Order: sequence, then C-alpha cells, then structure tokens
Amino acid sequence: MNYYMKEIECAPRHEIEALQSFHLSQQIRHAYKNVAPYRDKMNKADVKPEDIKSIADLKKLPFTTKQDLRDNYPYGMFAVPLSEVVRIHASSGTTGKQTVVGHTQRDIDIWAECAARSLVSVGGSREDFVHVSYGYGLFTGGLGMHYGAEKLGAVTIPASAGNSMRQLEMFRDFGSTIVCMTPSYAISLIELMNENGFSKDDFKLKSGVFGAEPWSEEMRREIESGLGIKAYDIFGLSEMMGPSVSCECVYQCGMHICEDHFIPEIIDPDTLQPLPEGTQGELVFSCITKEAMPLIRYRTRDIATLVYDKCECGRTLARMLKPQGRTDDMLIIRGVNVFPSQIEAALLGFDNRATNYLLVVDRVNNSDTLEVQIETPAEIVGSIADLQVYEKKAKSVIDSAIGVGVTIKLKEPKSLDRSTGKAVRVVDNRKIKNKFGS
Amino acid sequence: MLQQISVFVENKSGRLCAIVEVLNKARINIRAMNIADTADYGIVRLIVNDTGNALKALSAGNFTAKVFDVIAFTIPDKFGALYEVIKLLGDNGINIEYSYSLIGKNQSEAGIAVYIKDAQKAAEAGKILKKAGVNLITPEDLI
Repeated sequence: MNYYMKEIECAPRHEIEALQSFHLSQQIRHAYKNVAPYRDKMNKADVKPEDIKSIADLKKLPFTTKQDLRDNYPYGMFAVPLSEVVRIHASSGTTGKQTVVGHTQRDIDIWAECAARSLVSVGGSREDFVHVSYGYGLFTGGLGMHYGAEKLGAVTIPASAGNSMRQLEMFRDFGSTIVCMTPSYAISLIELMNENGFSKDDFKLKSGVFGAEPWSEEMRREIESGLGIKAYDIFGLSEMMGPSVSCECVYQCGMHICEDHFIPEIIDPDTLQPLPEGTQGELVFSCITKEAMPLIRYRTRDIATLVYDKCECGRTLARMLKPQGRTDDMLIIRGVNVFPSQIEAALLGFDNRATNYLLVVDRVNNSDTLEVQIETPAEIVGSIADLQVYEKKAKSVIDSAIGVGVTIKLKEPKSLDRSTGKAVRVVDNRKIKNKFGS
Repeated sequence: MLQQISVFVENKSGRLCAIVEVLNKARINIRAMNIADTADYGIVRLIVNDTGNALKALSAGNFTAKVFDVIAFTIPDKFGALYEVIKLLGDNGINIEYSYSLIGKNQSEAGIAVYIKDAQKAAEAGKILKKAGVNLITPEDLI
C-alpha cells in the first residue's frame, strides 16, 4: 500500500487529536484576531480564544453558515491582508453574491498536498498521467486536482471539461492513466466512445476520481466497466478548499478525511448538538490550517456519517460515508449548486405573475435535467409566437441566474399540485442510491 | 369587430374535450374554432354566441383565456371570392396575423375571420372592407 504522507495518514488517533488540538487553538486565535465576524460571534457566545485548548472545546464555538459568507461578501471573512492572498475561487451557481474564498500560497500548497494524497490513495504515483477534465476557473475542481497531480510529480494533462471527442483522442494519444471529472461527464464520454467506435482497450486508463455531484453505485459500476477503471469518490467544498477534503482509497469504503487540516463533526441539524460516531446527521467542518479564510464549524448542510475505525488500507483518518442528502433545499444540478429561491427570484423578477411554478429535476441519460413548469398567465396567451418568446425569455433569465440550462414548460392554470396546502415547489425524480443508502 | 376567445391548452389528450365540455354545460354555441399547436401546448381560438358567459365558464373551469378583437366577414361560396378580399387588404399594406373560417349567415356563403395585430391597421381594414361593400359579421349575427 502506498501513502503520500504515511506519518499523518496512518497516525494513531491520539496523535491525530493532539495535532488537531494544537492547530485548532492556533486557528481560533488567528480568526478571533483577524476576522471581525468571528470575533463578534465568539463575543456574543461568551467564548474567548483562550477557552479553546483542545478539540474537546470545539463544541463551545459558534457555527458558521453560507449566509455568513454571503453577508461578508466578498472579502469580509478573510483573515489576512489581500496582499497575502494569491488566489480567489468562488462557489458555483449563486446569484449576484457568490461565496468567495481566498487562498494564501501556503493554503494552495496544503491543498495540492491533500490532492496528491487523494491521487496516491487511488493508486496514483509520479509514473501516472493525470487527466484533469474538471472545469478550470473559479470552480475548484480543475485547478485543485491540477496542482495535486503536479505536486505528486505525475504528468498532468489540463484538459478541462468539454470538447469531448478531443478528450477521447487525448486519452488514447497521451496515454492518460487517471482521470478526474464529474461522474456525469464520464458517462457522457462513455456514450461518445460507443458512438465513435472507441474501445476501453484503446486507452491505458486505470482509475479515476469523481466528484462535485451526487452519484450512485449503479453509475460507479457503469463508469468502471465503460472506461475499464476503478472509480473513486472524492469530496470537497469550495468554501473549505475544493476537491480532496476527503477521498476514497482502493477499498471504496468511505472517504478518508484530511483530518490534520479539517476537523469533521456530525450534528443534529435541529438541536445543533454533536452526535455520536456512526450516527447520521449534518456534516460540520472546521478548517484548522487555512490562513486566508479560516472556517470554524462550517455547516455543510450535507447529511453524512463518520466512522473512525482503521481502514483495511491502513489509514487511520476518519472516513465519511457518501452524503445521503441535504438539510436545506439545495439541489446539485450537473455539479452546480442551485437553490430554488434563486430560480423563484429570477422568475418573478422577469414576470411577477408567474407565482405558480414547479421545479422538476430528473436524470435523463445520466445527465441532470431541470424543468421549470409555469402556470401560464392569461396576459401572455395571444399567439404561439408570443408564448415562445415568453418561454425563451424566462429560460434566459433563469439560466443566467443559476448558471445551469433549464427547460421551460408552460402549464395550464391550477394544473400544478396544491393538494398539500403548502405548494410543492421541487420534485426530484433522480433516484440516486448510495452504497450506504437507507 | 367580433370577439375571439383564446384559450391556453396543454397538448395532451382530453384537454380540448374539457374546453368544449365546459362550454357545452354553459349552453354556449361555438361558431368558429381554430387550434394553433406546438409539441407541448396550443391555443384554441373560439368565436361563440355569448362571449361573456363563455369566459365565465372557462374561468370557472380553470382555463386561461384572453379576448381578442377579430374582423369577420362573409364571402359568396364561389371561385375567386376570397382572393378579392384578401388582395384588397394586402394592397393596402395590412398584415393578417392569422385567419380561419367560421359559419356564414346562410348556406351560399362562407365566413372568414382575420386577426390584425396592429389596432390602428385593424380599424383601417374595417373601413376598407366596408367601403368595398364587403359584408361584415357583427356580434348580433352570431346569436
């Protein structure tokens, strides 16, 4: 078994906890001193930096939410002068106020190290050709895995997403061995292979890390047989870092968290109390080494489970079992985070009569679809051309608000379900079953 | 001018029937019907004997309906009759958005409804037709 940093990845629990306690107490001092919103929250909760001596004190600290990041847009949560920041990323699919994240050079180095660990944990080494087909840009997928692959010393192929025929040619001609992409993109490449006479035997691919959107065990099997690889799950939030907060090992039994940088907790989303090991609840992370933007007890809204027993691979780092859902109404559509409220705001901004709508999410040919059904306002019923112009305009405002292409479906009045009294606004028909699914 | 009711309807089986059923129950007599369709939805255009009550019935039946003014006239049921009238409008620079036929006043003639989007042009078209001696259909003719 290969490790990138064996002394951390296989450390005894008490050593991991000692390291976490040290970083946590330092980080809280850093955040309290340099970030006004943290200082205010801690003062309000009557917690001083000196009160946080070890991870046992974690529960004294107030939570941080996405709203805090929005309220302090763009740089209000930064803990270092902007001259120390070397890169900005921003989360996908939000209106106007995106959540902006800054990184110092050290933050970027640690991220690269975490990504290198992930690549090694799925069998990678400096002999590999790492083909990065995540998008490059404000989205963290592309650059995150890119720097990890370079850190590892592998041949890094910054293919980015799109231009799919060229991707297949590069697999073949460049000798790609490890791919990094969204699972739905992998499926679409497999379809393209079949249509264009490519065979998995044309490639040297052996494994891949897939993330940024929910995917099922069925999709895993489809990707594994279609590309002739082992397919691994990778996790990360742009608010924290990006991909490689956690990643599966070759045993595919949960994602090992880089616990020396991120302390995970599972809480009850209603009582906000920490839950015991093995219990399903909301995943909360504290970033204890991030310089530019420390996140303290950040509520991810993802529902997951943590296990701490030693893995067959030898790693002792805690594993998180694949997120089982959300505690808010956020949808992940083709890897982009979408809140129904954003769609409502865009739709009503375009036409304030379009108050009766329904969002229908589905997965067609392994790609997510989002249909916005609108009960047609009487005022627009004239000619077919008028209705088509309306559909086109509604599509355009919603597409640009959420960063995902939608289809508009005009419906008859009262045709959308009101049976429950409270209007149902979202129907998610995707059946994503997880290995650990309930 | 006549009033035409435009009803939004999803393109699936049973929806046209539902519209007609609602009007039937309200004892409305349909004098003309035309459907513009797309794959997902359509617009059913109706001219009826009692527009006010038809609208009430449609609204109570949860249909989205809107009223438009159309010009309707009769032509003799013989070769070239339609051409003459349509040419008259075209020669005067009047654009017909859509058109369909309706029931005439008697068996030897046909009724034609035309929708002209521009209200000013529509009024002008009415005058031109009247001046040319074309027989316009009035709401009273439909009762």
